[in-house]
Amino acid sequence: MRNPLSETVVKIKPSGIRKFFDVVSEMPDAISLGVGEPDFDTPWHVREEGIYTLEKGKTFYTSNSGLMELREEICKYYIRRFHAAYHPARECIITVGGSEGIDIALRAMLDPGDEVIIPEPCYVSYLPCVQLTGGVPVSLPLQEKNEFRLTPEELEGAITEKTKVVILPFPNNPTGAIMEREDLEKIAEIIKRHDLYVLSDEIYAELSYKGKHVSIASLPEMRDRTVVINGFSKAYAMTGWRIGYVLAPELICEQMLKIHQFAIMCAPTNSQYAAVEAVKNGDRDIEVMVQAYDQRRKFLMRTFQEMNLKCFEPFGAFYAFPSIRQFGMTSEEFATRLLQEEKVAVVPGTAFGDCGEGFLRISYAYSIDELKEALKRIKHFIDNLS
Amino acid sequence: MRTKILSLMEEDCKLTVKDIAAMIGEEEAAVEEEIKAMEAEQIICGYTSIIDWDKTENEFVTALIELKVTPQRGEGFDKIAERIANYPEVDTIYLMSGGYDFAVIIRGRTMKEVSMFVSSKLAPMEAVVGTATHFVLKKYKEHGVKMTNKEKAERMPIMP
Repeated sequence: MRNPLSETVVKIKPSGIRKFFDVVSEMPDAISLGVGEPDFDTPWHVREEGIYTLEKGKTFYTSNSGLMELREEICKYYIRRFHAAYHPARECIITVGGSEGIDIALRAMLDPGDEVIIPEPCYVSYLPCVQLTGGVPVSLPLQEKNEFRLTPEELEGAITEKTKVVILPFPNNPTGAIMEREDLEKIAEIIKRHDLYVLSDEIYAELSYKGKHVSIASLPEMRDRTVVINGFSKAYAMTGWRIGYVLAPELICEQMLKIHQFAIMCAPTNSQYAAVEAVKNGDRDIEVMVQAYDQRRKFLMRTFQEMNLKCFEPFGAFYAFPSIRQFGMTSEEFATRLLQEEKVAVVPGTAFGDCGEGFLRISYAYSIDELKEALKRIKHFIDNLS
Repeated sequence: MRTKILSLMEEDCKLTVKDIAAMIGEEEAAVEEEIKAMEAEQIICGYTSIIDWDKTENEFVTALIELKVTPQRGEGFDKIAERIANYPEVDTIYLMSGGYDFAVIIRGRTMKEVSMFVSSKLAPMEAVVGTATHFVLKKYKEHGVKMTNKEKAERMPIMP
């Protein structure tokens, strides 16, 4: 029989998290700090709207781009919260989570051989999505000493003649790093000078704890060079609804829409109606959740300090990225032993790029009680090491 | 700092001073001092638990009593409220707008006990001109906490 498989796909490495997931799944009494989604339920008024529209029988396809009302509300929201203006009819597509947005944006922009700069550690999908297009992923390892922000020097150093797109994954999963306005201004200058495009993954934008998130699309002349990825999963605790969106200049949006319409048709209708309710009346929900995350974040940082676990202060998302270099183990060894000996699951930093070696991703999307118990066990583990 | 402390304590009074201090990024000593001050100022009036007695062997009856009263000259409603509030049987008393004056929540062991309290203690009070007693049949939510079984959906233990 002929080999049924595509060489391109076979070459793609499976997610590093997978292996760990299998081990954890077999330990029902393990406490996990490995989750990448909010622990809050979707706000009731949003769920109620979902139920109501089901009762009304609103179960047909929407237009390919998504409900017009939802796109209008999203564009208003982006102006209101992040000062970036995109046209609801021509520059906004409702996607199946932010993940689809990443995929169609890269496919719309890349030809084989085009280079994409991917600052790491980062979310696991950018690299394979670039590979699927035939583009060339260029990993750019970020540094703890810069709080895992992307510096202009680092970016300049990675640019070649073939560079076309730079991915900006901030606030960052897994490090919790953010980019402030001054950081972005310097990056924007380089992007313009080298005539590049930005894929700005802002899925954690609302979860910023040091002033408001700044979208690079709001900086002068950057709107037309930026594809913004965002969605409802993190801000409104709506992961399972699978609603994300892309905001992009019309030229790019038109092409993305082609891929979206042939591959997806449209995002789930019911979820889109619920999302309208969220974006219209959910600002207060965000405020409440952000406050709770911030309390947990502070709690985590203080506890790390007490147990002498080194960690730069993360100001975004719901992750901390402590360094475990002092213990002379690889991230994977540390995480595996922590799981076996103390039954606490965390994700080794290497799951997010080679430069994550020596770090762990710890999610604080957990109640204080859960965090306390897990941290107690981590402390016990560390104390036994020394 | 006070609002931050209070909203945390209102939600979970089992949090230790150390926890609260960490969560709001303040010094432990400062938080402790602030809590003591708020206790002294009676901003924090007490610590209690929310218990669903229905799930135990103990039986209690709760009733909401609508009370119509004639306010006393020069003393208004407060004096009457004070007298009613002093009864240990009274759990809660509010001055209300609308069709009646006081909402009184009473807890007793039996319906008879509650009825007796209303007819022998509340109704005969000079200022009281009328009462209506409503017994609670089932509690669904109290103090912001749901009493009915609430299943927590499971998240995947590890996700990128």
